[in-house]
Amino acid sequence: MDLEIIGITVLGVFLFGYIIVASIDFGAGFFNAYSALTGRQHILTKVIQRYLSPVWEVTNVFLVFFFVGIVGFFPKTAYYYGSTLLVPASIAIILLAIRGAYYAFTIYGGLKHRRYTLLYGLTGLFIPASLSIVLTISEGGFVQLERSGPVLDYWSLFTSPLSWSIVVLSLTSVLYISAVFLTWYSQKAKDWGAVKLLRRYALGWSLPAIITAAGIIVEMRTHNPEHYSRLLELWWMFGLSVLLFAGTVYLLWKRIAYGLAFALLTGQFALAFLAYGISHYPYLMYPHLTIYDSFTNEAMATALVIAFIAGLGLLLPSLYLLLRLFLFNKEYVQGNRDDHV
Amino acid sequence: MGNEEAVFFSRVLTELTLSFHIIYATIGVGVPLMIMIAQWVGIKKQDEHYTLLARRWTRGYVITVAVGVVTGTAIGLQLSLLWPNFMELAGNVIALPLFMETFAFFFEAIFLGIYLYTWDRFKNQKRHLMLLIPVALGASFSAIFITIVNAFMNAPQGFDLVKGQLVNVRPIIAMFNPAMPTKVAHVLVTAYMTSAFVLASIGAYRLLKGSSHTYHKKALFLTMKLGFVFSIAAAIIGDFSGKYLAEYQPEKLAAAEWHFETEEGAPLMLYGVLADDEVKYAIKIPYALSFLAHSSLYSSVIGLDQFAEEDIPPLYIHYLFDVMVTIGMWMVGLSVSYLAGMWLRWRFISSKWFRWLLVLAGPLSIIAIEAGWWLAEVGRQPWILRGIMRTSTAATTSGQVDTMLWLFCGLYLILGIGSMLVLWRMFRRNPVEQEIADRRAEKAGDIKWTLK
Repeated sequence: MDLEIIGITVLGVFLFGYIIVASIDFGAGFFNAYSALTGRQHILTKVIQRYLSPVWEVTNVFLVFFFVGIVGFFPKTAYYYGSTLLVPASIAIILLAIRGAYYAFTIYGGLKHRRYTLLYGLTGLFIPASLSIVLTISEGGFVQLERSGPVLDYWSLFTSPLSWSIVVLSLTSVLYISAVFLTWYSQKAKDWGAVKLLRRYALGWSLPAIITAAGIIVEMRTHNPEHYSRLLELWWMFGLSVLLFAGTVYLLWKRIAYGLAFALLTGQFALAFLAYGISHYPYLMYPHLTIYDSFTNEAMATALVIAFIAGLGLLLPSLYLLLRLFLFNKEYVQGNRDDHV
Repeated sequence: MGNEEAVFFSRVLTELTLSFHIIYATIGVGVPLMIMIAQWVGIKKQDEHYTLLARRWTRGYVITVAVGVVTGTAIGLQLSLLWPNFMELAGNVIALPLFMETFAFFFEAIFLGIYLYTWDRFKNQKRHLMLLIPVALGASFSAIFITIVNAFMNAPQGFDLVKGQLVNVRPIIAMFNPAMPTKVAHVLVTAYMTSAFVLASIGAYRLLKGSSHTYHKKALFLTMKLGFVFSIAAAIIGDFSGKYLAEYQPEKLAAAEWHFETEEGAPLMLYGVLADDEVKYAIKIPYALSFLAHSSLYSSVIGLDQFAEEDIPPLYIHYLFDVMVTIGMWMVGLSVSYLAGMWLRWRFISSKWFRWLLVLAGPLSIIAIEAGWWLAEVGRQPWILRGIMRTSTAATTSGQVDTMLWLFCGLYLILGIGSMLVLWRMFRRNPVEQEIADRRAEKAGDIKWTLK
């Protein structure tokens, strides 16, 4: 297998990991704020905080991994994306920073105020929206190569139906992923009030999520016909993904096996993500940048892959320990233990 | 915006982010070690005060870590956003330690989460202490890997440059560049030193404000001992850094020391001002620069006369050098006199004025860290990658850098004020006397409950 393919696979793993864990995090913040606004905070806050507290820092690391990794494996992306993303990425950083810091301030520092809860919830929507611009830009047509370097054409970006569809997709899927996961988590916590509410959210956001996802494929037909035709070639993967989606909804509807429902959801997104990735190949940014012309040298790529494998050897057991102690520990999840410093 | 402006604002924004991040990063690297030592002493001596010290430090540490993490994410992305040309080139050679840094950071984050939420979960306290080891290791290795990247910017190697293209890349050779040993050691040791003195400041402040609880006395004594050890280490490594500079970056050393003419038996200039190309009011220590550079009083030290005008760093870095070295020496002196005073029972160490000096130790150490990093970064100018790429050609061409600068100013203001307020409130609401009483009551309750 090409080193290029290995490199992009490694990055894909991190990106997918980030999409799932960050969606749970962003959505949780939003639901928390929403329930505060509608006077139902007592139902959700406890279970959401118990999940978020030990893992919030880990979520951030997936993102750092991705952007450090992509510059490592494909240094030219720094030139193409770095120059063009200054504004959207800076906004995302600022929102992420405020969100992360104020989370710690409220949880550990006792800073409690409705204002922060609402701010926290809102950033959970704005961050995925601003990050999703990267995906839009990668479809091509928004970056002009000028003599001084690549320049982002904001006007065409903000007037393009594609970019707004992707923004909407990012929001609906964040809320859907999060609601399904939290339904399962609150069931483990035996918090039936929360289960009831979150299951309703999950079912409510399922249809918008799948419709907006399908909408993107339609948008692609006019925006990037080459990518569109490659997407259609992979129809069977998207078909499987839709089947998994139907499975999740069925289980939620029937109020059974929420854990399996979340597993199917992960499968659904993984398949769609993979199919999207394959159809995007070999471009990192249509039509300027492919994984081949932006790739680093062989020595560095080999070193990075070795570091990646060694790092995973260290991380997977640690992650397992974290999950066992908190996510899958009955005592902790049900709130019987609080050994916080 | 012309490109010169983009370069200027990119520099200012990077300086701002680094200056802010380094405060939290330094504390983030050093404090886990201090917590570990306190908790270990607590277990060893079965003294609940030290355990409580570890516990309370951890609570404050989480707040600083949060700010450190988010500003670290900011600088990580800003490298690509503000210096795309540099990252495109450097990514080919030095991406490995950057990548490894994220692993170290990940490792630290996971175990910090576990450590925080398992305080009373283990019967055997040592088990809980073991969870802190990966946190401290992860924090220190993050610092090591990132400093390696910075060392590479000062002494790039591990590749050949053919027609502007990097070929024959050897990532490991690039990591173990000549600047790496002294830089890494200096960064680590000063982080431990600064953290010790910052924690000492807190203890001294409580004592000054009327609490005479032994808890604070123990805290102060422990942290001053640690501060003493690390400040001595910092001074010794600082000397090695001078020798490295003389060998590999003589222009940086010469600019920092205002050493204009190459000469043998060169004197070291301390303080002074530069007016019309003339040094005034400086203290000249004969032969000291030769000794700093080559460990011999008569050796020749290369001066600025050997370099072209456009390759010389700004001369104001001498002031930064003065600040850093003066504070470093002051810290050695302060901790020595405190420890001697404790040992010989001198009375002045519990006097008001001396305690104020101890309170100042933390903020001063942080100023020294800032001066040191400014010296390191400005002293490398005009290069971003010494001898290979100039800062002016590395920056983005985007026209919106100035707007971003303002946005980030706002962010750091919010984070800085927020974190200070939260820390302040956290410890004021739950003073140590109260916590000790609460814990005793809790324990007594446990015993009653088991007897029933």
